[in-house]
Amino acid sequence: MIKLAALVPLFPLIGFLINGFFGKKISKGLSGTIACISILASFVVSLLIFMELNHADNKSQIVDVFSWINSATLQIPFQFLIDPLSTWFLLIITGIGFLIHVYSTGYMQEDEGYSRFFTYLNLFVFFMILLVIGNNYMITFIGWEGVGLCSYLLIGFWYKNTAYNNAAKKAFIMNRIGDLGFLLGIILIFVTFGSVTYTDIFVKAGTVSTSTITTIAMLLFIGAMGKSAQLPLYTWLPDAMAGPTPVSALIHAATMVTAGIFMVVRSNVFYSISDVASETVAIVGVTTALFAATIGLFQNDIKKILAYSTVSQLGLMFLGLGVGAYSSAVFHVTTHAFFKALLFLGAGSVIHAMGGEQDIRKMGGLKDKIKITFITMLIGTIAISGLPPFSGFFSKDEILAHTYEHSKVLWLLGMITSMLTAFYMFRLLFLTFYGKFRGTQNQEHHLHESPASMTIPLVVLAALAVVGGALGLPEFWGMENWMSHQLEPIILRPNFSTLHHETEWMLMGLAVAGALAIIYFTYLLFMKNGFRPVDREDQLKPWQKVIYNKYYVDEIYDALFRKPIDFLSGAFHKFLDIQFIDAIVNGIGKSVTVIGNTVRLLQNGSIGFYLVGMVMGVVLIILLTFLVK
Amino acid sequence: MLAVLLILFPLFCSFILFISKGNAGRTIALAATVIEFVLGLAAFYLFKQNPDSSLLSYNCVWVESLNIHFAIEINALSLLMALLTTFLLPLIILTTFNKSENHPSSFYALILMMQMALIGVFTANDGFLFYVFWELALIPIYFICLLWGSNNRGVITFKFFVYTLIGSLFMLIGLIYLYNHTNVEGHKSWAILDLYSAGHALTATQQGAVFWLIFIAFAIKMPVFPFHTWQPDTYVVAPTQGTMLLSGIMLKMGTFGVIKWLLPVVPLGLQEWGGTAITLSVVGIIYASIIAISQKDYKRLIAYSSIAHVGLISAGILSANQQGIQGGLMQMLAHGVNVVGLFFIADILMRHTGTREIDKLGGIRSMNGNFAVLFLIIVLGAVALPLTNGFVGEFLLINGVYQYSATMAAFAGLTIILGAVYMLRSYQNIMLGDKKDSSLAFGPLHTNDKIVLVIICVAIVAFGVYPKPLNDIAEQGTRSIIALMK
Repeated sequence: MIKLAALVPLFPLIGFLINGFFGKKISKGLSGTIACISILASFVVSLLIFMELNHADNKSQIVDVFSWINSATLQIPFQFLIDPLSTWFLLIITGIGFLIHVYSTGYMQEDEGYSRFFTYLNLFVFFMILLVIGNNYMITFIGWEGVGLCSYLLIGFWYKNTAYNNAAKKAFIMNRIGDLGFLLGIILIFVTFGSVTYTDIFVKAGTVSTSTITTIAMLLFIGAMGKSAQLPLYTWLPDAMAGPTPVSALIHAATMVTAGIFMVVRSNVFYSISDVASETVAIVGVTTALFAATIGLFQNDIKKILAYSTVSQLGLMFLGLGVGAYSSAVFHVTTHAFFKALLFLGAGSVIHAMGGEQDIRKMGGLKDKIKITFITMLIGTIAISGLPPFSGFFSKDEILAHTYEHSKVLWLLGMITSMLTAFYMFRLLFLTFYGKFRGTQNQEHHLHESPASMTIPLVVLAALAVVGGALGLPEFWGMENWMSHQLEPIILRPNFSTLHHETEWMLMGLAVAGALAIIYFTYLLFMKNGFRPVDREDQLKPWQKVIYNKYYVDEIYDALFRKPIDFLSGAFHKFLDIQFIDAIVNGIGKSVTVIGNTVRLLQNGSIGFYLVGMVMGVVLIILLTFLVK
Repeated sequence: MLAVLLILFPLFCSFILFISKGNAGRTIALAATVIEFVLGLAAFYLFKQNPDSSLLSYNCVWVESLNIHFAIEINALSLLMALLTTFLLPLIILTTFNKSENHPSSFYALILMMQMALIGVFTANDGFLFYVFWELALIPIYFICLLWGSNNRGVITFKFFVYTLIGSLFMLIGLIYLYNHTNVEGHKSWAILDLYSAGHALTATQQGAVFWLIFIAFAIKMPVFPFHTWQPDTYVVAPTQGTMLLSGIMLKMGTFGVIKWLLPVVPLGLQEWGGTAITLSVVGIIYASIIAISQKDYKRLIAYSSIAHVGLISAGILSANQQGIQGGLMQMLAHGVNVVGLFFIADILMRHTGTREIDKLGGIRSMNGNFAVLFLIIVLGAVALPLTNGFVGEFLLINGVYQYSATMAAFAGLTIILGAVYMLRSYQNIMLGDKKDSSLAFGPLHTNDKIVLVIICVAIVAFGVYPKPLNDIAEQGTRSIIALMK
């Protein structure tokens, strides 16, 4: 099956083409079915490949597809790499992708752009597969920019809305800033190694100076900051929630935004060599995690809360990468994909029930009205808050334990982030599902559970969010950490814990106790005391206002970049271009005309004038001859 | 002989068109350009079979006393340019099918004459012949712009004509200077290889002077900052087909000229002054991109974006390494196709809504979804998304500049970001959002328009997914040039 790896991206591509060309002519049912089946087929093939690879001795197999650029000086084959990392990501992408496709058939049922939606969604899965399956940076980059395009198309899916279009454009441009870094990184890799193929360059990394490796790693990380929404390039992700909710779940939580993590893990050889780069990754990660978590505390839009939570969780994953816990980060990518997709789809189900309302201040008491949604979201909330034995607990704990080994300060910041997470998530849960309904009568009348196509994916994801932790059980429990062994072949320096078991137990105990305390506090605040977020911004205290407004980062960027560039654009055009450069050109032209006009007067047709001129000329020549002598 | 045919056939058709009357002109023109494209493909096929085929070159004495030869050759470089020219011409002719021009036959005759001159410029292997074709190309486009352009065209076209002519004169001085330094068994020679060796024999100072004499002509043609101010006005007032010829093919005379008639001629001059020229090019990328952001007229926006794109091509070529030149060639092809597509979009907008003002347009997507998709594909090609034709060239170009200077590459790379800004901003304002009054009339596209857009989009995707056939030739051409620089 490994030889047929090209089938994995091929199925979604076919789905894309069918829906793209004939989507409007076929029925919605058929359109959705084609889209779902293409992803399912891709998942099945991925699963077969995954199983075959597990039994194979060679854990890094190359599959040639075709020759893309093949010249003496530059060789970039269209080539796939089947190894534990790519196969694992394939399973996540196609597996979660399939569930979200199924969910979308229900969620998008009433939308007039139904087949267009699935066209984009299939195309997204195609590019995402390329991103993880390629055997060189170039194919990864193709996928990388391709998913960026799909993200652009899907955020602006409802294209009549200007705010959504702006969000889409912002996402694309912010990502391009990162992409420039990524591209320069790829070029430096090419200049250094003469190749961009993974299987060629990583073995040579040791022969290159550390400073070059650091530059490469830093440039690549700029790309990761864009795609995975890290400081300072994160602001597009919360705005990206303008897209339909399944898009938020699939692209802006479960898969695309983890591309940065994937890329760093793929390039772990570079980061293992460069301490400077690793340290930067860890610091950027933990800062983003904490920063985004604080913003999440004060948001009232159910999707925005989840968006900031995603930014924060991605920060934690980068923290893991920065301290060298690569497999832990992949583990967290996996569990996060389960519970965050679940939470988003749950939120979608809530929004569906509320007739489009997203403000949690106007919800409340939904738990009896939409039971399946409530129970599954409760599971998701517990999982993300890190309570055992749910999946998030294991993956987060692994990252924090490795961080503790590395630096206690980073660990503390990670712990604080994790406790803030428990707060804002339970705040969301309590405000949405408990208490009295705060919406309009009309909304209350229409409250309903979503159709089976939407609830079944919720249930499956909930089950995964519960048991997903089994993928990476703590070794100090005497269990086998499957994930870390699985990824061992692709990681230069696998990170095995050197902590004492007592310390590990203590860390784990602290994390659980912290989470429980925060959840109890949240319970007291919102359930016992009936605390509600204020309705108007001016009721907030000044410091709360700053956080509520996301630290005014968007406004700052506007003032620092957008406005100056717009100003320069006008100034360059009006003053520099027209009134200066072009004026000089015209000036030269005019002076030629003026000189011409003056000189022309000499040719006035008067013989006498010419004779005088001739005589004066001769005299001048004779005089000059004498003078020179 | 095929090479000669490629030049003479359009000339012959041009004469027929001059004397023909009525509406037959467009059919003849289309048929002629399609046949010419087939000839181009035949050349491609021949070249693949045997690059040294005698059919691909021709050489005879033209003016014996000055040792001027009618020497033309289709090699890797000229083949790519000939393919670009012959591919674009039928499309450019097709874009006229939905409007009625005055004196259509003369209009088409001039376009075909232009094609003859362009192919001549790309294939000439004799310095004097090259100069003749170079100037010959200016005459038809001057009349196309002057007679069929829009308001205020007189002054603007005249400025364009004089500006580029002055540049060409500098080049002529440079070429004559080289010619005077040739010495083949006691005779002077215009043959390109002799000019190369004459250039190599010059001192560094002399080479520097020749570098600027020749580069100025190319820099004005492309145009490179700060020689660009004729371009936006000319592009805007020229008729759509004139703009397409200017931006799609004619500006490549400049970049092509640098590759064939500058880099291998004065290697020391390049060493001395290449950095300055690259800096100007890179400044132009950022400068023009930033100006493009605030443009209100979509045609003018594309004009500025073209300065930015060509700045990157120029910077890459002048960095004079394998990746830079090869990327330049690839990007010349891609830019030719994409910019013709974009100017055609501007033309369609104008025809359907009566305006190209970005602020007055909006919501066209709701009126015509297919047009929105085709437009978007061209935009993606222009911002060089991977798997579109723009990407390979742009990657190689930035790569080439990087090998010259990493800092320069970082600045040049800003085109990736700024390009996305002005392209997506304008796309959004024109196509997305709520319908505006101007867009209400935007009905279905005419069949001819659709055909042109579809062909362009197919080319954008096809050569993005599978760039190998063209890239192989570009690599071959680049290697031969680099060998000649030594």
